[in-house]
Amino acid sequence: MKISIQTEDFDLGLEVLDIQQDNRIGAVASFVGQVRDVPMTLEHYPGMTERALQKIVDEASARWQVMDCTVIHRVGALKPTDQIVLVAVASAHRGDAFAACEFIMDYLKTRAPFWKKEQTGKGTRWVEARQADDVAAERWRLKG
Amino acid sequence: MKVKVLFFANLREQLGTGVELVDLPDSASTVAGLRMHLMRRGGAWSDVLADMKVVRVAVNQDMAAANAPLNQGDEVAFFPPVTGG
Repeated sequence: MKISIQTEDFDLGLEVLDIQQDNRIGAVASFVGQVRDVPMTLEHYPGMTERALQKIVDEASARWQVMDCTVIHRVGALKPTDQIVLVAVASAHRGDAFAACEFIMDYLKTRAPFWKKEQTGKGTRWVEARQADDVAAERWRLKG
Repeated sequence: MKVKVLFFANLREQLGTGVELVDLPDSASTVAGLRMHLMRRGGAWSDVLADMKVVRVAVNQDMAAANAPLNQGDEVAFFPPVTGG
């Protein structure tokens, strides 16, 4: 399991390769989020961020078979098409890999202390939380 | 008792500070008590911390409710709803 908060970019291929090295693994699901529209700066709460992500990964591991997992989130200044976040989950079968990957992303969106500040033509503005993200996370709680 | 108080994102900008040590009376030793204590400073403090619908709180790096107790040396963070990913 790897959790990393970093300014540097990441390589999806290398990160996936890193969690495939076990002959019991039959599936790897991954998600990459990237910057849309305008440049932005990402701020986070050092310490709590790593702790929150670890709790999310632990919760996913309790619900599904997670044989290995990598979560990378970038901070600092990013521009459109830059990669922001990577979640990759390795499991024996695709069902667990898909579900755990989506769960980790949905919980990261609503529980990990990151904040985006966009630079638009008119100046800067802090991005507001979206209710749709709360709904997506709540869905997993209702599934039990 | 003294607690370390952190502010992030727009709260940090509007309050003009990211971290400070706050000497809190024992009678105010909860998250809600600390918030009221800070709001009594007036100005931006009372404006920014007034709407708890848009202010989240963590105690020692775990999300906390308004009635969560505080102890000497705790780290308390105020921030807006998160927007990562």
